[in-house]
Amino acid sequence: MKSLSRMSLIALGVLWSSGPLRADDQSERQARWKDIETSLFGTRAVQSGDGVIALDAPVRADDASLVPMGITLSAKQPVKSLYLVIDDNPAPVAAHYTFGPAADPREIKMRVRVNTYTNVHVVAELADGTLLETEKFVKASGGCSAPMGMSDEEAMKGMGEMRVKFAGDATPAKPVDATLMVRHPNFNGMQMNQLTRMYTPARYIQTIAVSDGPQKVFDLETGISLASNPVINFAFVPTEKGQLKVDVTDSENGHWEKTVPVPTLSN
Amino acid sequence: MVVLKQWVENMRLDRRKALFGTFCLCCLPTIGRTAAFKVEEVAPGVFIRRGVDEDATPQNRDAIANIGFIVGRDSVLVTDSGGSLGDGVWLRETIKATTGKPIKYVVLSHIHPDHIFGAAAFVPDDPVFIGHAKLRAALETRGEFYRGKLSEIIGVDQVGPLVRPTLEIADAGEVDLGGRIIGFQAHGPAHTMCDLSMLDRQSGLLLPADLLFVARIPSLDGSLLGWLKELESLKALGVAKAVPGHGPVCVDFAEAAGALTRYLTVLKDGVRAQIKQDGSLQQAIKTVGAAERPNWLLFDDYNVRNVTQAYKELEWE
Repeated sequence: MKSLSRMSLIALGVLWSSGPLRADDQSERQARWKDIETSLFGTRAVQSGDGVIALDAPVRADDASLVPMGITLSAKQPVKSLYLVIDDNPAPVAAHYTFGPAADPREIKMRVRVNTYTNVHVVAELADGTLLETEKFVKASGGCSAPMGMSDEEAMKGMGEMRVKFAGDATPAKPVDATLMVRHPNFNGMQMNQLTRMYTPARYIQTIAVSDGPQKVFDLETGISLASNPVINFAFVPTEKGQLKVDVTDSENGHWEKTVPVPTLSN
Repeated sequence: MVVLKQWVENMRLDRRKALFGTFCLCCLPTIGRTAAFKVEEVAPGVFIRRGVDEDATPQNRDAIANIGFIVGRDSVLVTDSGGSLGDGVWLRETIKATTGKPIKYVVLSHIHPDHIFGAAAFVPDDPVFIGHAKLRAALETRGEFYRGKLSEIIGVDQVGPLVRPTLEIADAGEVDLGGRIIGFQAHGPAHTMCDLSMLDRQSGLLLPADLLFVARIPSLDGSLLGWLKELESLKALGVAKAVPGHGPVCVDFAEAAGALTRYLTVLKDGVRAQIKQDGSLQQAIKTVGAAERPNWLLFDDYNVRNVTQAYKELEWE
């Protein structure tokens, strides 16, 4: 496990050699998390994030292909980056955010696929390099191989279309909540067409970069654990003539971008 | 009925039982015969079996949908075939015990497992299998997934092979059972993407399958707005009685459709309100629909999923 590169934890292709775990096997779960932790952070110590990080995840996922995850951060010093890890997914790292100066990483919400009963970890890296973690156990099944409700062609319709919503008008230098929506099937290569016995080829979002003018909000590295038609709730601190720019790339060299003016209250 | 909610847990239970030898897979096919199921004649020549208000378990072998048959002068139409091979075998035996007329048509009302996996039991009768024009594509994307999931619960032998429609209805159609015309309507996205409803013109009875849920909470797997629209078109038919896909075998249609419309409207309005006030999916699943909780069986098993589906649909408005 130690030979796993970080990218392979995010991208498709790593199928754990140890096979499926039994739900009650605590020590194996812990061992798995240790492996992932080591491949992500090497020998760096990861401390408990109790009181700083809160993960809102359903105990039981009613729709395993669309599991809402809410992360709340209340660190006293700036948060540099954030990992959302679904330990037992084929590619465990669902998201890695790197925050820029325009970010206000108090709360991030997103939707993921969860393949089996698993621990979900959030790790926050603070400005001084401190690593903090929290954990939740989620009961879900089949979220990665769950078929889409429609044909592949329909699922591809409007791919790359984006919407950005703001929670009302923004005041410069004050944080504003935003919602980013991207149309993309995020095919993970695990959905089978029963007639052809072929799997729909993987095509999934790899990066989402959000900035306000020259100021970075966040860079997101993601992969096959992201739910289709991803929606991300985040907050940022807009500049005076805010122009929120979103860049999305996928595994088939797809690239889409959109720039929207931040609705600003004039002073 | 959509994805069978207790699958994972049942599977575990199932394995544990199998391990300890208290559960014998080879005995499963007989369960159907011993179960206390019976058909009820809801209109002359229309026989319906009430499905149980549960999710699939090894014990109920997925006999959870209302299934049955219509007898005409010359032949028999199966209104839906059941949720497993055993369920289908039971229905076929019941038909043979009721009438000597040949089974000429078997309807696959939509893609969900509790309505399609009994179909294989009727293959020996060589009937016409009737489905929505979009059913075949849905079977391609989901059939094997459903088969695998159901197999984990009731055993692969009980599930049987998938059966594809041989008569596809793109808009409307009809078949004649001998002086008894059964009309079909293919619906737009509603409960699922491939809902087919039937009207027995002789009795005036509507068989909307899972476009109508009574007592058991509906499951949304197609389009919320579409379902509301299709319900309006069904109400416009002005029929008095209907056989819902789940719930009592025969109900007053206007009243039952009204209750379903009310629930779906609560979903629609609640989710739209959440989206408008910059709520989130997390917030929506915790709040939307709560007032409807006393009105439906299995509410806690499906409401969150329904809200999720509705949110996914309406957030792009």
